[in-house]
Amino acid sequence: MQSLLRAKSDGKQFLLGNEAIVRGALEANVRFVAAYPGTPSSEIIDRFFEIGEASGVYVEYSVNEKVSVETACAAAISGLRSLCSMKHVGLNVAADAFMTLAYVGVKAGMVIVSADDPSLHSSQNEQDNRYYAKMANVPMLEPATPQEAKDMTAAGLELSERHRIPCLLRTTTRVNHCRGVVSLGDLPSVVPKAEFVKDPFNLVVVPMVGRKLRLALLRKLAELQEASENSPFNRVAGTGKWGIVTSGVASLYARDAVKELGIESRVSILKLGFTNPLPRRRIQGFLKGMEKVLVVEELEPFLEEAVRGIAQEAGISAVIAGKGDHLIPRAFELDTAKVKRAVSGFFGVPYQPPTLLEVPDLPARPPNLCPGCPHRATYYSVKKVFGEDAVYPTDIGCYTLGLLPPLNMADFLICMGSSISTAGGFSKVLDRPVVAFIGDSTFFHGGIPGLVNAVTHRHNLLLVILDNGTTAMTGHQPHPGVEITAEGVKEPAVKLEDVVRGCGVQRVRVVNPLQVKKTEEVLKELREAMKEGGVSVLISKSPCPLFERRMLKKKQKVVFQVVESCNLCKECLTSFGCPAFVWEKGSDREERVRINEALCNGCGVCSQLCSSIKPKRIEA
Amino acid sequence: MTRTEKRTVDGMRIFFTGVGGQGTLLATQITGEAALQEGLPVSMSEIHGMAQRGGVVESSIVVGDLWSPTISDGDADVMVAFEPLEGLRALPKCHAGTIALVNKTPIVPFTVAVGQGIYPPVEEIVQSIARVLERVVTLDATAMAREAGNEKATNIVMIGVLAGLALLPVSRDSWIRAIKSVLPSRLHDLNLKAFEQGFREGTAAAKAA
Repeated sequence: MQSLLRAKSDGKQFLLGNEAIVRGALEANVRFVAAYPGTPSSEIIDRFFEIGEASGVYVEYSVNEKVSVETACAAAISGLRSLCSMKHVGLNVAADAFMTLAYVGVKAGMVIVSADDPSLHSSQNEQDNRYYAKMANVPMLEPATPQEAKDMTAAGLELSERHRIPCLLRTTTRVNHCRGVVSLGDLPSVVPKAEFVKDPFNLVVVPMVGRKLRLALLRKLAELQEASENSPFNRVAGTGKWGIVTSGVASLYARDAVKELGIESRVSILKLGFTNPLPRRRIQGFLKGMEKVLVVEELEPFLEEAVRGIAQEAGISAVIAGKGDHLIPRAFELDTAKVKRAVSGFFGVPYQPPTLLEVPDLPARPPNLCPGCPHRATYYSVKKVFGEDAVYPTDIGCYTLGLLPPLNMADFLICMGSSISTAGGFSKVLDRPVVAFIGDSTFFHGGIPGLVNAVTHRHNLLLVILDNGTTAMTGHQPHPGVEITAEGVKEPAVKLEDVVRGCGVQRVRVVNPLQVKKTEEVLKELREAMKEGGVSVLISKSPCPLFERRMLKKKQKVVFQVVESCNLCKECLTSFGCPAFVWEKGSDREERVRINEALCNGCGVCSQLCSSIKPKRIEA
Repeated sequence: MTRTEKRTVDGMRIFFTGVGGQGTLLATQITGEAALQEGLPVSMSEIHGMAQRGGVVESSIVVGDLWSPTISDGDADVMVAFEPLEGLRALPKCHAGTIALVNKTPIVPFTVAVGQGIYPPVEEIVQSIARVLERVVTLDATAMAREAGNEKATNIVMIGVLAGLALLPVSRDSWIRAIKSVLPSRLHDLNLKAFEQGFREGTAAAKAA
């Protein structure tokens, strides 16, 4: 049985924050879950997908975050508790639905998880989504540990249902990807029935309805203010006239810092978990009697500005510090050492930071496209045909790694779907060929409107859809064009080629990038055809080898090796750059190029580029 | 507390480093499970995403009366390096009293493979680490895993060594229960064998100290 579905009597589990969110939602009887994967949120939808059938929860990988919120809110408005999860930038995509859903509200509880990524471990920016809760006027809970992630998910669904408004559960990478000991609660046995009651004058947001709902939203906000003032998630630890106001994972660093500096008896910590609306009276009560207050939070001065405002209103003159004084950095994640430095500096407590051990310059180990990855082959061929002069807008996925040498096939990127729309812009202002790259999942997520736009405006560009049959970067989640399942290869319900043609593209070609010569021929034809203007699309289709091996248990039949005729031109290293290739030289070794057989995936692309690379059968 | 003092279990920080694909996160999780089996307060932090494509993978376990799941620079009491170069790279995480476990089998980074850098000799790497840390236990965990049946069990050999060194107050039984609870049953035999190999190595190293 899936461990997340075990009974309460099973006791405690060592859960990932994301798994704790799943468990909390299950304990609160969630019935509908929809999400688009995105690090650090992906495990939430992945775990739900694994247990979906066994738990009776409807689970879907939505085509993008906006769609996930729109789909799940229909369940919540019909009386079934629902949950959406997304990475921080996913909420930008969903923002349109999110802002107005706050007006319309829900009938059953709905939690929207926003997983922020301070330090940009796997993201394009580090935005602070706490402002979304403030902007939308929705309640927000901020867990610090996996136990709190579980508790607050359940509490968020309750809160949402009581106040008939979606609740934002705002996490950060260190909460999502932290594992901790979590106490289990009971799983419910009653399944409520969905019911929709027509109520257009509250559910259809024409202006007159929206105006009414705007006023209702402000009334809800006043109720939520009281809920926040009384929330057990906002609490004080310790005693003393030095104060720390903090939330989320920063509160853990603050606790360790105070302990390790030996000033526990002098510092009171106000740890906030219900952070929109902020418990203004509680904060004011905390500030009174304090000599000095340090606000410890990651990213933007969200709490700090509020605390300063609250102090000003109450005529409190205690010194308040945080980002404004550069004590707490505004960029990147905090850690205990950074907080210790700030706490010691602000309160005037001695602290000797450790002298760090030094390391000589070491060879870097950057991430890379895997051996056998079809994207590398596509990039190689496109570069061969379109050269260095073309502009290559790219998109979000594994293939973004094409920006690294020796491929260098990424010139511009802002967000999911931007490859095609920015390519359209470039094509209008530059006198250079424009070739955009987008993955299959990303194309469905955010690429289609850009393609329609490009066709409509006759932008002159080539869009290359890198179709590897999965959402590879986040862990092989399915998408509408997927055709590989554990049972084998199936026809997808939504065919990429049909969608592209349906968007009005006349020139559509499909190639297998592992066939280099054919691919280059097609690319040359497309380059010629582009002289007539308009949009061309190349679907470069070959499955992600990791995914294919995992799903279809396909056995590799050959490895490749470099034979004696190799003239050491190193073209394979300098322009193709498969990680299975090794350049060896040194006093004890002759100069040569070798293929690491343990890494070689047998794709055979290299042997098409060089006559000195030959296959060797793997003995069974 | 001076930097050379070893932390007791009222707060121990273990830093894991390796290369994508080595099972670093799985080994970290098993360590956490073992602490949970023993009833110790424990938390773990891991990083996902782009690092998995052959890049560096770092994770941490914090046991005892500490709240932060991450380890600041200079704060790791134990370092477990699944790959020697990554062990050297992670030195700023350590302090003079840190105990390091280092697997001696290198995984050559892509940059070196294409001739853009030089991988220092493994013995030199080990010496550089040994010069500045209180204690370094090195072994060819990859060879031992191969002996146990599969190179992929390198990570389990490494946590076997960690268990054998008895730095954490976790019994052998709790370690074994943790391995069994995290891995599917078809992999139990091989991995328990790998664990035992490491455990013996760790126990011997503990005695030699």
